[in-house]
Amino acid sequence: MDLRFTPEEAAFRDEVRTFCREKIPAEIRRKVSEGRGLGKDDIVAAQRILNARGWAVPHWPTEWGGQDWTPIQRYIYTEELFQAAVPLPQQFNCYMFGPVLATFGNQAQKERFLPRAANLDDWWCQGFSEPGAGSDLASLKTKAVRDGDHYVVDGQKTWTTLGQHADWIFCLVRTDFAAKKQRGISFLVIDMTSPGITVRPIITLEGRHEVNEVFFDSVRVPVENLVGEENRGWDYAKFLLANERTGIARIGLTKERIQRIKRLARAMPAGPGTMWDDADFRARVAEVEIELKALEITQMRVTAKQGRADSVEPDPASSLLKVRGSELQQAATELLLELAGPFGLAAPARDGQGRNDLPGGFDWVDAAAPSYFNNRKVSIYGGSNEIQHNVIAKGILGL
Amino acid sequence: MDFDFSDEQGLLRDSIERFCADAYPSLETRRRRAAEPLGFSADNWRRFAELGVCGLPFSEEDGGFGGGPVETMIVMEAVGRTLAVEPFFASTVLGATALRLGADAAQRERYIPGIVEGTLRLALAHTERQSRYDLHDVATQARRDGDGFVLEGHKSVVLNADAAGLIVVSARVSGDRRDPAGIGLFLVPADAPGLTVQPYPTQDGGRAAEVMLADVRLGGDAVLGDPESGLPLLRRVAEHGIAALAAEAVGSMSALHALTVEYLKTRKQFGVAVGSFQALQHRAVDMLIALEQARSMAIYGAMMVDAADADERAAALSSVKVQINKACRLVGQEAVQLHGGIGMTMEYLGAHHFKRLAMIEYQLGDTPFHLRRVADAGVLVAA
Repeated sequence: MDLRFTPEEAAFRDEVRTFCREKIPAEIRRKVSEGRGLGKDDIVAAQRILNARGWAVPHWPTEWGGQDWTPIQRYIYTEELFQAAVPLPQQFNCYMFGPVLATFGNQAQKERFLPRAANLDDWWCQGFSEPGAGSDLASLKTKAVRDGDHYVVDGQKTWTTLGQHADWIFCLVRTDFAAKKQRGISFLVIDMTSPGITVRPIITLEGRHEVNEVFFDSVRVPVENLVGEENRGWDYAKFLLANERTGIARIGLTKERIQRIKRLARAMPAGPGTMWDDADFRARVAEVEIELKALEITQMRVTAKQGRADSVEPDPASSLLKVRGSELQQAATELLLELAGPFGLAAPARDGQGRNDLPGGFDWVDAAAPSYFNNRKVSIYGGSNEIQHNVIAKGILGL
Repeated sequence: MDFDFSDEQGLLRDSIERFCADAYPSLETRRRRAAEPLGFSADNWRRFAELGVCGLPFSEEDGGFGGGPVETMIVMEAVGRTLAVEPFFASTVLGATALRLGADAAQRERYIPGIVEGTLRLALAHTERQSRYDLHDVATQARRDGDGFVLEGHKSVVLNADAAGLIVVSARVSGDRRDPAGIGLFLVPADAPGLTVQPYPTQDGGRAAEVMLADVRLGGDAVLGDPESGLPLLRRVAEHGIAALAAEAVGSMSALHALTVEYLKTRKQFGVAVGSFQALQHRAVDMLIALEQARSMAIYGAMMVDAADADERAAALSSVKVQINKACRLVGQEAVQLHGGIGMTMEYLGAHHFKRLAMIEYQLGDTPFHLRRVADAGVLVAA
C-alpha cells in the first residue's frame, strides 16, 4: 500500500503540469480560474493545443487518437488540467459523442466525425433532456419517423449546453412508440444547419448564455446518421453517462479554487488584518480541504480498481464521487462568496479589461456571486445528486 | 500508487479477522469478557500474543514482527469491527509506540520480550484534569533526585491502566505547566510504591483508571530519552494513536452500516421492508459515503504517520481525526435512527457500536481541536 505516485507517474504528472502552464495561454487560464465565461474561441484554441500534443482525447481508442494510458495516468492528466485552470477538452465532443461513436458507430461515421471532433473542427452538443424528461430521461418524446432514406424529427430538447456554438447535435429520439419506454429510443446525429431547427437561448440565473432550447420541426435527417442499431439508443446513452462520470468529482478544480481562496484571503482586508487572520474563516476552509483530501483518496481508490476497458455499466462508486465532488465544488464557491462579503453584491459592467470603478478596488469580487449561482447546477446535471443516491442504494446497498 | 495489501498483510488480515470473529461471536460474549477482572479476556490476550499481534509493531531485532502502520490498521479495523475489549490500543499502540520510538537499548532488552509474549502490558498516562487535548499541558511533576526522579501528580482516564505492568507517564521536569519544553516520559512499574490505580468501566464497555502518583521514586533508567524534551515523542505517540483510532472507527462503522442495511431489508412496516422507502435509502447512502470517506482518511493516516516532516505529519493526522470524528457521529446517529426503537436498547449490538463511535470522537482530540490545528497549519492544499 502506497499513496505516492511511482517515479514514472510523477514524471508524467510533471510533464502534463509543465505543458499546461507553458503552452495554454495564460489569459485563457485566468478566465477559468476567475470563473468568468469562456468564448468559443478560447475553448477551441485550448483544445487544438492539446490535440496537437495528442492529449485532447487520450481516453479514446488509440486508432482514433487515444493514448494507451493507465487509469492513473488519465486521472493525473485530468487533475493537472483542472489545477492549471486549463479548460477541459469540449466535453460533448470528447467525453460523450466520441466514445459512443468509437464504440458503436460504423467505419464511415468514425472516419467522417472522429478526427474533426477531436480537433474541435465540429462542435457537438447533446440533445438528451426535454421539458418533460429530466431525471426520468427515458420518458423523452422527441420522435423520429422513417420516411424513405430519412428520419423526420419533431420535438424539443432543452438544457442544451453551448448549443449556440454547435455544428452538430447528438440526440436521443423515439423511434418505436409501442415498445417499453427504454426500448424504443435511438441515437441520431443531426446537422444543426438543417431546415426546421430553431435554437432559443436560455439565460441562466447568473446572467450568462450557457444553455438553450432546441426545437425540431419536421427536420429531415439522412438514415446514415443513425448510430448503431435502431431502438438501442438507451444502451448507448448509458454507456455515455458512464463516461460522463469519469472525473466527475473534479478534485483538481476544487483544489484550484481553494488555493485561490487562500491567496485572495491573505490580501482581503478585515478588521486589524486580513480575512486569513480570521480563525473561523480558516476553519471553514480547512473543513472543505479535509473533505477534499478524503475524496481525493477515495477517487484514487476507485481509479486504482478500474480495469483498462471502460465498463458499459456505470460503477456505482462513481455516483459517490459525483455527490461529494459536486458538494465540494459548491462549498468552494460559497467560501469565495463569503470572502467577497459585502463587495460580492456589486455587479458592475465588465469589458474584460481592467477598470477602476470596481467595488472596493477588488478585481475579482464581482465574479464570486455569479460563480456561486452557476455552480448550483453541478448537483443537478449529469443525474441529480438524489438520482445518484438512488443508484448507490440500488447498486451498492441492494435496497 | 497502490491500495493493495501485500501477501503477508493479507494473511495477517485473514487471521486477525478470523480470530476476532471467533472470539466475539455475540454481544453476550463481549459482555462476559468485559465482566472479567481485568475488563477483558486474559485468555484472548494470550492468543493475541500467539498470533504475533502483541509484538507486531516492534522490529525483528527487538524480537517483534516488524509491522508498520498498515499492519496496525489491519488489526485495529478488526478490533473495531468486533468491538473487541482487549487492550490492543492502550498497550500495543499507545504504550508500545512510546517504547518503540523512545526506549534505549537496555530498556528495549528489559521490556520488549515480555510485551511480545503477552506477559507485560502497557498503558499511557497523560491526560490531566486541566489538559484536555493539549499534549504540552503537564502539571505532574518529575523532581530530580540524584540520578533519578520523584513523580508527583494525578493522571486521568488512563486506558487499561489496571491491566498494565508498566505505565508510561508524562511529567514535567522543568518549566511552567504549558511549556513545550521540560516534559519527560517515564516508565513506572505498576507495583512502584506511591502509585495508586483506581479503575472504572468506560461508557463504551472498556476500562480506564485514575492514576495517582505520590512520591513515586524512579531510577535514571526509567526515563524515555531526554527527560526535558519528551514532547516530540509524546506527539508521535498521539499521531500513531489517531491513525489506529481511525482504523478502529472504520471497522466499527462498516459493521454498523452493514447491520443497518440488513435491518432495512428485513424490518417490515406498512406491509413492506422499510428499506423500500426512499427517505431511509438516502440516509443509508449518506452513511456509506461518510464511511468510505473515513476509510480513505484511515489509509491516509497510516501512510502519513511516519512522514518525515513533523508539521506535515501533524496537519495530516489532525485532518484524519476531523474526518473520522464527523463520520463517527453521522454513522452512529443515523444507525440508531434508522433502527428505530431497537437501536436504543442495551441488548442490540448496533447500540454498542454507536457508543464506541461516540467515544472515539473524544479520544486524542475532538473535532474543534483538530480543525483548529489544520486551519492554523494551512498546508493540506498548498497555496
